[in-house]
Amino acid sequence: MDKRTHIRNGRIIDPSQGIDGYGDLIVEDGLIAELCIKGAEAPRKKQSAAAANTGGEMIIDARGMLVIPGLVDMHTHLREPGFEYKETIRTGTMAGIRGGFTSLCPMPNTNPVNDNPTVAAFVIKKAMAEGYCSVFPIGAITKGQQGQELAEMGLMQEIGCVAYSDDGRPVMNGLVMRRALEYTKAFTFPLIAHCEDLSLSDDGVMNEGSLSTHLGLKGVPAAAEEVMISRDIMLAKLTGGKLHIAHVSTRGSVDLIRRAKREGIPITAETCPHYFSITESAVSGFDTNAKVNPPLRTDDDVAAVKEGLRDGTIDVIATDHAPHHVDEKILEFDRAPSGISGLETALALSLTLVAEGVLTINQLLEKMALNPSRIMGIERGTLKPAAVADVVIIDVEKEFIVNPDNFASKGKNTPFRGWTLKGVPSVVISKGRIYDNAEWKG
Amino acid sequence: MPKDLVSIKDISKEETEALIDTALSFKDVLRRDIKKVPALRGKTVVNLFFEPSTRTKTSFELAEKRLSLDVINFAVSSSSVVKGESLLDTVRTIESYGIDYLVIRHPSSGVPHFIAKQTRASVVNAGDGINEHPTQALLDAVTMKEKKGGVKGLEVAIVGDILHSRVARSNVDCLTKLGASVRLVGPPTLIPLNPPAGVKVYYDMNDGIRGADVVMMLRIQLERQGKSFFPSTKEFFKYWGLSAERLVLAEKDALVMHPGPMNRGIEISSDVADCPQSVILEQVTNGIAVRMAVIYMLQG
Repeated sequence: MDKRTHIRNGRIIDPSQGIDGYGDLIVEDGLIAELCIKGAEAPRKKQSAAAANTGGEMIIDARGMLVIPGLVDMHTHLREPGFEYKETIRTGTMAGIRGGFTSLCPMPNTNPVNDNPTVAAFVIKKAMAEGYCSVFPIGAITKGQQGQELAEMGLMQEIGCVAYSDDGRPVMNGLVMRRALEYTKAFTFPLIAHCEDLSLSDDGVMNEGSLSTHLGLKGVPAAAEEVMISRDIMLAKLTGGKLHIAHVSTRGSVDLIRRAKREGIPITAETCPHYFSITESAVSGFDTNAKVNPPLRTDDDVAAVKEGLRDGTIDVIATDHAPHHVDEKILEFDRAPSGISGLETALALSLTLVAEGVLTINQLLEKMALNPSRIMGIERGTLKPAAVADVVIIDVEKEFIVNPDNFASKGKNTPFRGWTLKGVPSVVISKGRIYDNAEWKG
Repeated sequence: MPKDLVSIKDISKEETEALIDTALSFKDVLRRDIKKVPALRGKTVVNLFFEPSTRTKTSFELAEKRLSLDVINFAVSSSSVVKGESLLDTVRTIESYGIDYLVIRHPSSGVPHFIAKQTRASVVNAGDGINEHPTQALLDAVTMKEKKGGVKGLEVAIVGDILHSRVARSNVDCLTKLGASVRLVGPPTLIPLNPPAGVKVYYDMNDGIRGADVVMMLRIQLERQGKSFFPSTKEFFKYWGLSAERLVLAEKDALVMHPGPMNRGIEISSDVADCPQSVILEQVTNGIAVRMAVIYMLQG
């Protein structure tokens, strides 16, 4: 890490500085040392991102490649402590590197729950020792994620938690949510709301609609999500507390958030690749790898999510990487846990939005690096000189076939098996450390 | 001076200053060997406490006795209230005894105001719900005047559970009226979303007490724990507790006040509670003088 790395002739894109041009990037001592934009024209010859070591300086030829800030995933499940058979901090961060992510924010629904400074310190120490990329834990809003008593959000922030969420378990008590939102005003962190009215979703396992009738599976109405988003928007309006809405999946949700933002209510929102890439039809055949919470929705919802991404209603694309053990997914549909292992497909799936013209590449990077960093107040998602050297070199033209058997993640649960996708993070630099994904096996 | 003192809002700046000056002269009486004056001999006061109280009740009772009043304590637990009598009937019954003053504490906001309209006796509010505690605000002002020479121009930081505090509510009005600037400091969950006009709100205690002339700590009621106002007493003390390290941010000779009873180690550390800047016990002494002044002044 003490030597210089010279990334040459790539197309450098950094929305944090409004940069999009061809040039060189130099990394030294784990930090961005220099950024030199030579022009808007691409150098002629295209080569692979081969790395060569010449006289103490590592040269990476990035001709034909994108050089971008390391991606930031503000919604990850690393499962440790407690569910190491699903994922560990080591394997999860490895999956992050494979996917172009240099910062992961693990949700607190571990065992024990990350609801106190001791567990937070464990996650951070473990990530320092075994993690391949940066880990910024998200603590629980309430003790044990029980939705009753506030967790020590201040003391956990001192340890390094950057946001709070009872993800997977909504805070059903409106008064507790009100107070939690009020409490954030003394600090800088946001609350991340998993919006689901449990009394409406009941034991539903897929989107409620004609397909759920056809399959004979119990449905979760879009209203289960929208009712809770409405409540939380009203509470954000009342209190002025910082609110981020997780995994938006329905047209109604997008509309509610758009309206709230127009009113100036301080909220942000995210969606996940599976909510703009596939629909409930993936559940046909009772594929438990397509079981996710909130459930996959309809074509119309997918169109609305894309529109929300396009017009800025949705600020962030997060993975909601939710690895499960294969034994847990080979079960009755009703019994299988919800979740998709998403870190290693998120970038390529999101790049299709650029190909479709929904987003520019710059907007995509805002949603996958800059905005999540800003929302959580972490100094990442930028190529500014002196910033931590989190850099990804993407071969946007390279195609690959999704094969979860080759995932670095322990979670092989993906509905995208066999898909041909385009865009590979060939080289990932995390805190100055270089991972050549073509060679690297972890 | 009005018939009653149910709200600090009901008395003018001049009346407030007159009460403070009268209290200071009664304080001289309290320093004498014989601490009693015959001012209200032959008059009767009933202390009507619908809520447990040791300090305020003792303070009022002492003040009344120093004024030579005949004192009746109406114990609610053994009264007809528990037999289902309405508040109004209780008050009318007591009034029929031919009394001159009623000192009332009640857990519901507005009860002294209601009773004052129903009786010819002078009503003194000894604390109603989360609304007001006017004699506490007056005794705090007396203490500030005594220690700082005046209230005007002081920067007063009131810290802690503002939302449920009748002490804070009365103090904001009293201090503002007397020309002090008031800061409310505490977790956002314990400060009203719509604070009174003219006060500054601080969620960061370091900013809130920086340069303050008076730091008034409020009691954190432990029953608020587990109700989502704050996560733990440990976290509360870290961010909103008054420690010696934090107190140095205030003016060098800043007064440390607390209406009592204190939770040492939760809102105030022991070394601060007992430090030379602490005037907490003087507040208690001034309470008697203030209550003498209030009852004395209301007679006319």
